[in-house]
Amino acid sequence: MRRGTSTTTLALLLAATMLGGCSMMPSAIKPIEPWVKPYERERLADPIMKLSRDSLPEKHFEHVRSVREGGRGATGVQGGGCGCN
Amino acid sequence: MAATKAAISLWRRLLALFGGIVGGLFAVGHVRAADLPENKAETLFHSYSGGGVTALGPALLVRKSIMDKVSVSGTYYMDAVSNASIDVVTTASKYHEVRSEFGLSADYVYRDSQITLSATSSHEPDYTANTGSLDISQEVFGGMTTVALGFSRGADKVLKHNSPEFSDAARHWQYRLGVTQILTPRWLMSVNGEALSDDGFLGSPYRFARVFGAAVPERNPRTRSARAVKFRLVGDLGSRDSMHAEYRYYRDTWAIKSHTAELGYSRYFGQAWLADAYARYYSQTKAVFYSDNAPTETVYVSRNRQLSTYTDASLGAKLSYTLKKVPGQYDLKLNGAYEFTHFSFKDFTDIRTGSLYGYNANIVQVFLTATY
Repeated sequence: MRRGTSTTTLALLLAATMLGGCSMMPSAIKPIEPWVKPYERERLADPIMKLSRDSLPEKHFEHVRSVREGGRGATGVQGGGCGCN
Repeated sequence: MAATKAAISLWRRLLALFGGIVGGLFAVGHVRAADLPENKAETLFHSYSGGGVTALGPALLVRKSIMDKVSVSGTYYMDAVSNASIDVVTTASKYHEVRSEFGLSADYVYRDSQITLSATSSHEPDYTANTGSLDISQEVFGGMTTVALGFSRGADKVLKHNSPEFSDAARHWQYRLGVTQILTPRWLMSVNGEALSDDGFLGSPYRFARVFGAAVPERNPRTRSARAVKFRLVGDLGSRDSMHAEYRYYRDTWAIKSHTAELGYSRYFGQAWLADAYARYYSQTKAVFYSDNAPTETVYVSRNRQLSTYTDASLGAKLSYTLKKVPGQYDLKLNGAYEFTHFSFKDFTDIRTGSLYGYNANIVQVFLTATY
């Protein structure tokens, strides 16, 4: 019974927090601000930091690997199927 | 009593932290908008050569935004394959064939969200594959975190040369979830997970297995489910250079487990040159029904070396040269990439010599990219 009550309380608190953002929160709960401001992201926007700069070369590497390796997936590159076994 | 107070205090702190994170996410969620992919054209010549297989051809991509709301792209990709691999030369004769793939995609941006719808269609004389995908990404926490969800569905038709009676099908499902997080002004990381499911004819109608030394057509299960998770870390090192490290773990219901690790370094030279170098290592354990030469008759049996126990190690480099750049208008880059890979099989023998098989492969790419 007690566990049920606390779960309900937590769910209500969570719902209130999500619906109301910071305005509904108790004064003790302060939102965590993004600690890297937009004007501090210049280096992150440089092409040298991109996970994938050009899509066709990336697609070629993924195709070569998916044909020859058993492991696949979670690459972030969408691949089409083919029967190149 | 003191323990109870401490527990309540800890609980309040945890609640405050959790509420702070969630409140922060929603409070700053609409400060900025997601960007459409930039207008871009890529033209690529690609070549793979290794283990008796040569696959080369051109590829083309054009991407253009419409009304600053939608970005559409079209791709064409061709593989001219000449196959004299160990599978082919020990059971059949060398062959040539061409694979063509067409793709279309549209990206739509609304506030902090990006929705991508794409379709590809790949054709070979004996294999047709059609795939459709839907991906949604959402920037939250003031643009510091990007959450992405995706789904792909594929349907293949499998035929066999000179066997008009053979016709089968395969279906594929992929579900993706990814989070990219800015850690500091110089570092970011991403975690990607994917669940894959395949159903239907999942082998090759040409490949043979060995049972008691005799060649028999391979027999694969008609279902396969897999999970993969990848972690990636990218950091700016401060001297116009950066590094990345990544690791992927994969496992599936055929009992294959694999590990992939990559470490790379990128650096600008002057205003026009950008160079990348990386090392990659891959290892996997065999499928439960894989056998180099099965000592017993089983329901499923395969001698597909892609399902065996093996490792491959790669060294690669890329070089990019900016031919022309007009800030705010367009740029044009000439690029080259090369990768050397060595495959080393632990339980797949070359039946011509009786020794364990291994081979080297070379990948070459030359491509021109333009943003406008």
